[in-house]
Amino acid sequence: MHPLMQDFMRQTTGEREDRARASLVAEQATAAAPRPASAGVTRRQVLKAGAAGGLIVAIGGWMPRSAWAAAGQGPEGGAAKAAFEPNQFVSVGTDNIVTIVNKHHEMGQGNTTGLATLAADELDADWSLVRTEYAGADLKLYANLAFGMQGTGGSSAISNSYLQYRTAGATARAMLVAAAADAWNVPASEIQTSKSVLSHSSGKRATYGEMAAAAAKQTPPAKPTLKTPEQFTLMGHEHATPRVDSPSKCNGTATYTGDVKLPGMLTAMIAFPPSFGAKMVSFDASAATKVKGVTDVVAVPEGVAVVARSTWAAQQGRRALKVTWDESAGASLDSEALLATYRDLAGQPGTPFAKPAAPGAGTPVLSTAKTVDAVYEFPFLAHAPMEPQSCVAWLHDGMLETWAGHQFPTFDHQAAAKAADLPPEKVKLHALVSGGSFGRRANAYSDFTVAAVNVAVAIKGRAPVRLQFTREDDMSAGLYRPMAVHSVQVGLDDSGKVTSWKHGIATQSIMAGTAMAKMIKDGVDPTSVEGVFPSSYDLPMMDGQLHSPVLPVRPLWWRSVGNTHTAYVMETMMDKLALAAAQDPLAFRLGLLKKDSRAAGVLKLVADKSGWGKAMPAGSAQGIAVHECFGTTVAQVADVTLKDGTVHVDRVFCAVNCGVAVNPDVIKAQMEGCIGFALGALYYSEIDVKAGRATQRNFDQYKSLRIYEMPVVEVFIVQSTLAPTGVGEPGVPPLGPAVANAIVRAGGPAIVRLPFTRAGLVKV
Amino acid sequence: MSAISINVNGRAHQVDADGETPLLWVLRDDIGLTGTKFGCGVAQCGACTVHVDGDPARSCVTPVAAIGSRKVTTIEGLESRTAKAVQKAWVELDVAQCGYCQSGQIMSATALLEQNPHPSDTDIDHALAGNICRCATYVRIRAAIHAAASQLSA
Repeated sequence: MHPLMQDFMRQTTGEREDRARASLVAEQATAAAPRPASAGVTRRQVLKAGAAGGLIVAIGGWMPRSAWAAAGQGPEGGAAKAAFEPNQFVSVGTDNIVTIVNKHHEMGQGNTTGLATLAADELDADWSLVRTEYAGADLKLYANLAFGMQGTGGSSAISNSYLQYRTAGATARAMLVAAAADAWNVPASEIQTSKSVLSHSSGKRATYGEMAAAAAKQTPPAKPTLKTPEQFTLMGHEHATPRVDSPSKCNGTATYTGDVKLPGMLTAMIAFPPSFGAKMVSFDASAATKVKGVTDVVAVPEGVAVVARSTWAAQQGRRALKVTWDESAGASLDSEALLATYRDLAGQPGTPFAKPAAPGAGTPVLSTAKTVDAVYEFPFLAHAPMEPQSCVAWLHDGMLETWAGHQFPTFDHQAAAKAADLPPEKVKLHALVSGGSFGRRANAYSDFTVAAVNVAVAIKGRAPVRLQFTREDDMSAGLYRPMAVHSVQVGLDDSGKVTSWKHGIATQSIMAGTAMAKMIKDGVDPTSVEGVFPSSYDLPMMDGQLHSPVLPVRPLWWRSVGNTHTAYVMETMMDKLALAAAQDPLAFRLGLLKKDSRAAGVLKLVADKSGWGKAMPAGSAQGIAVHECFGTTVAQVADVTLKDGTVHVDRVFCAVNCGVAVNPDVIKAQMEGCIGFALGALYYSEIDVKAGRATQRNFDQYKSLRIYEMPVVEVFIVQSTLAPTGVGEPGVPPLGPAVANAIVRAGGPAIVRLPFTRAGLVKV
Repeated sequence: MSAISINVNGRAHQVDADGETPLLWVLRDDIGLTGTKFGCGVAQCGACTVHVDGDPARSCVTPVAAIGSRKVTTIEGLESRTAKAVQKAWVELDVAQCGYCQSGQIMSATALLEQNPHPSDTDIDHALAGNICRCATYVRIRAAIHAAASQLSA
């Protein structure tokens, strides 16, 4: 254990001992006074009243926001008095407030700020007068244009919305300008816009709010003119767009799922299966129902739900509940045994994912002089977002409402309707910010939503109910980054050229058995091999073989998905190959990146900024890695020190090319965060399954990076005018191999099994 | 089961809760102060950090009966000059990402600066070691604490 953790544990142990562990019971006899669920409910009711009886006209698939409110759809919160609503994304109130609706889920990566920036820049809005709202579930209005459904993931929020949100802002601006031109009787081309003000050289001036009502009467332009990058006033400007969600996240007022209050709301906890594939045989609720505050103990498809008037009562009730499980299905499931099976599989022919190109006429036949091989092992990983899963479900008046961090609203909407046996139009999702996801909330099973609805159905809609997972529930539930084994053999000729590349992968398919299975092509789930194939490197000789075993543990994407393991393999192999070829790791990579100028560019940039090749103190070294995912290329250099056999990452240099840097400071923050997230996983993270059960169930065993382990981070953003690509994930993949490569260069071991605790390189 | 008196953010509350109930759930469910977050339930993550007589405490493992006459402060009740400087620095540096841990981080940082106006990096490491941020906003947490310290001494 790190000395600082020992200090910390000493501080907290006293508290833990203080805590009475007796079996009984807490009751919340006096419920807190009910309060409105959120400002959004009020607003929706207001808009509903205002639009009652109004004719709803949708033009080109766009509908005024007041119309969706009347239809029970659309966003919540934000300012009232939207006099001008040219589309489903942007509105302007008579109070001069511009409101921008986020169709995506905000889980920390800053897309609320980013999407607002896109629209506000084209609108020439004053950033201090911009407010944001979150859209409800509406596939037609709010689909992710990269997915064809409403959902957030794959680092796509900004990239898919880039033209859509800019067009929305430019449309609003054009209509405001047209209204001013009419009012002032001047040509529209002579009107200037800046910071939410319209002006003309004659001295005429009006705020957007003053012109909003007139703008609403204008015809939207068929194709508004968008700015050229040099005309951007917000995009790419370092401090022009502070995050819109910072204040509420620093004073406790941001509303997460657990903070939703509804009249008479109950809290549920579910006794989930203790092992993967376990089935409930019977339960004895007699002790649980005696716990004060417990109102219901009911079977649900997920297990047995204990419903209570407070969270603590639900937890105490669940402790008192006796459930008999049939655990035979998963009893033999064991991580070590699985790794042995995977090692065996990865060395055998499987489903081809890369076929060596036939040599063209005149291509010299290369003769292999050296072979480099390695077998890599990666564990199951839990996402462990700070906010454990939860969802509020309320069945009333023949409809269902849910409140949650709905990352895939389209899936969650359909699944909730099915669980409630209601038509989708009778189901309304309220999208809340979430306390992180890293992939956990984006799943085709909609597990937390469906479970909450099942509880609401089981208590016959008697009250709104919040299903609360404990940390242990969340961490032991599966939906893990799947285990993976790679078996790689690479041939080099005398000059260090790659002559052959055999690459076997064994890992569960994330897509198989879900609504996304159609993405599997010729038996290959692209998320199992991405980063090996395709790769930035020019490796036409690659022979790739995939094995996709099926297990009772459900797999799921985990921040950067397949790249979490493929980048580690490819980038540590590059260093092994460079060593075998007696070349510098940077030069060796550049030799294979002649067809990828983006990757070569960030490598050269990070090498320059980090002083690659400089002399380092004894025991210290630099390691380099580059990887592309979701269209964004990131290269990192890690400065690492080995001391007494343990590793310390002192500093990480990070170069990123993500096209137009919409919010440079958000991009930097994402690179910092990705680096820390990846480093924690590299050091500590694994879910070790024994006898069908997850061994690690809370942060005491599933350790996370702490502040004293965080390296200094320097981020360098490549200037670009190309369309933006995402930044929520691509900072993760290069970190592990950059650190691993540095360890080897500092004289330490080559780590082929993660996490580092397995090699004793970090203290637990 | 009996009514328990507790002073939170300068206000006296009577809550009808069992004494073993963790302070966290009394704050959230009974009193309705939801800025303090549930993260782990075992004092490992710090999302539930509040001040008890000015010292940081993990409310998820603190029985409400153990509070007695001591004064509890939550993120909603931060009023000191130090706390305001910390929150201002947090906003100015856009520390938060998902934001879920930040109430706890701010409570720990405020307690540190109340007791040590000029913390070193090592002091920060010690004081914030109990607060996990899965978004790994640690670079900015450190910078914001230094910024708040500078502002307070200016």
